[in-house]
Amino acid sequence: MLIFLARRALLAMLVTLTVLTVSFMLTRLTGDLAIAIAGPQASQADVEIIRKAYGLDRPLLVQFVNWVTDAATGDLGRSFFYQEDVTKLISARLPVTLTLGLTGLSIAILTAIPLGIIAAMREGTLLDRGIMTIAVIGQAMPSFWLGLTLVIIFGLKLQWFPISGVETWQGFVLPGIVLAFSAIPALMRLTRSGMVDALASDYIRTARAKGLSRAAIVLKHALRNAAMPVVAISAVQLGFMLSGSIVIETVFSLHGVGYLGWEAIGKNDFPVVQSVVLFLATVFVVLTLLADLMNAALDPRLRTQ
Amino acid sequence: MSAALLEVEGLRVGFGNGTQAVRGISLSVARGETHCLVGESGCGKSVTSLAVMNLLARGAVRTAEGIRFEGREIAGLSEREMGKLRGDAMAMIFQEPMTSLNPAYTVGSQMAEVYVRHRGGSKAAALDRAAHLLGRVGITAPGMRLAQYPHQLSGGLRQRVMIAMALMCDPKLLIADEPTTALDVTVQAQILRLLQELQHELGLAILLITHDLGIVARMAHRVSVMYAGRVVESGPAAELFGRPTHPYTHGLLACVPVPGKIARGEPLGSIPGTVPKIGPGYSGCAFRERCSQAMPACGAGDVPGREAGPEHRYECHLGADWTARLAAEAAA
Repeated sequence: MLIFLARRALLAMLVTLTVLTVSFMLTRLTGDLAIAIAGPQASQADVEIIRKAYGLDRPLLVQFVNWVTDAATGDLGRSFFYQEDVTKLISARLPVTLTLGLTGLSIAILTAIPLGIIAAMREGTLLDRGIMTIAVIGQAMPSFWLGLTLVIIFGLKLQWFPISGVETWQGFVLPGIVLAFSAIPALMRLTRSGMVDALASDYIRTARAKGLSRAAIVLKHALRNAAMPVVAISAVQLGFMLSGSIVIETVFSLHGVGYLGWEAIGKNDFPVVQSVVLFLATVFVVLTLLADLMNAALDPRLRTQ
Repeated sequence: MSAALLEVEGLRVGFGNGTQAVRGISLSVARGETHCLVGESGCGKSVTSLAVMNLLARGAVRTAEGIRFEGREIAGLSEREMGKLRGDAMAMIFQEPMTSLNPAYTVGSQMAEVYVRHRGGSKAAALDRAAHLLGRVGITAPGMRLAQYPHQLSGGLRQRVMIAMALMCDPKLLIADEPTTALDVTVQAQILRLLQELQHELGLAILLITHDLGIVARMAHRVSVMYAGRVVESGPAAELFGRPTHPYTHGLLACVPVPGKIARGEPLGSIPGTVPKIGPGYSGCAFRERCSQAMPACGAGDVPGREAGPEHRYECHLGADWTARLAAEAAA
């Protein structure tokens, strides 16, 4: 178990380091940062001053080492545009992004897993096909369209939920639903196929031969074995929700981390861009690690590998 | 009340695609005796055993004139009521010890579960019983095994665990579907000996499904030979081995090498062809295509059931003395 943990943790660190390198290189591939920061009206002298001030005159390797060591201590540099610490900028937007992502994932899991189980238990029936058809439709529905539709129906017509902002928890409901919709089809299909396999397995026949209750057979014996891919994909989906919710944040005027990064790209605010990339990559790495740990808890065979 | 623990009458199992896997068979298992159900692959043995437990996969349709267990009609029981019997008074072990245990739970948890389900009580008490039974089926250090997961055990150990698990609630009937087929020969012998010991000790009735006549000769009190969904011959083991009457039983026995009886280099017997799939509207004897004694009457209609001796029945157009007649003709 310890070896398993150590191996996964080492892998996670290597991935993070790689992302650090890539995000550092990418922002410097977009052109001379000093000129970009100084703006179109700046003189050559101004550009040189800025180059010095931001340490852009130093060798690339030195800049990189500085960026990595600073990042490791939680110092992600200052935003050019906001003139504020990037760490502050991100942490200020983190609660919105996290709440939204967790809301979305919770809705997705609470919808997808029961539906997937029901579809698997009724495999091949009309109910199964109905559920899977809805999954396909859900997958095909663009999130901006769904977002706007929900805003029109539940925000403007019925006025059940606010149409923008997150001053109250109700503000998270509609964007949470839209986010969940993007994750539900994949989770549902995985749950269904995992459950179909599990329910047809020999150990389920044994469980039935033991006279166990239907609930114990389905939820204890089958679901646990079907859950692993679902856990893994849930982690990835949460990663997407935390990072890729720009469309939804725009539709619902939520200022989360994704939106911050998107703005920063437009403004050439490279400390923010590379930090947001780093942050989101770290989120993915941490979530994957968590998923691995959860799977190890679910499946004893993984622990002894 | 009849003496038989399990009585099956007119059992039929069909599948959605029209295949009829079991076509009206009857058999009975007396208390404390081993009844062997023998035949080639695909002749309906496993389906019969699953049908008795009502564990058939979805899409299978089971009908029966009667399935009585301890004199009680169980063919019409609901899934819930049947669940109360399964794992309690009637237990089952399977051919695939490698995959029959849930990989995600410890041996102890899977064994305790069935006891708590049927007998209630604490998990600790159930684990005590599990440890005792693991010891009983010849597993050393049962305490350690309880905490292990199936993937940490060998195939032979897993089958012992399955047997111990089946015994958790003191079943009266154990259905064993090819319990040793997937195991090494030495382990096979150990498991069979274990089943015999347990039978003597606990008065367990065993319905043993096998294709191995060596196992039948060793274990069976009573034998039913199945072919294409019918029991073509049945009787007490000694009687059936002493006077095999159905041509199929003959063929099966000819396939078994007997040391001392068969000379080195002499070809072993074999039955040409394979078991046919029986669809709707099939008529006549299913064995006729492969039978050395086939005659026009075999082609259509029902095959008559005949007596070959006390409790010794077979289904064939041939008279019970056909082998003797054949031998006399050959001599003349």
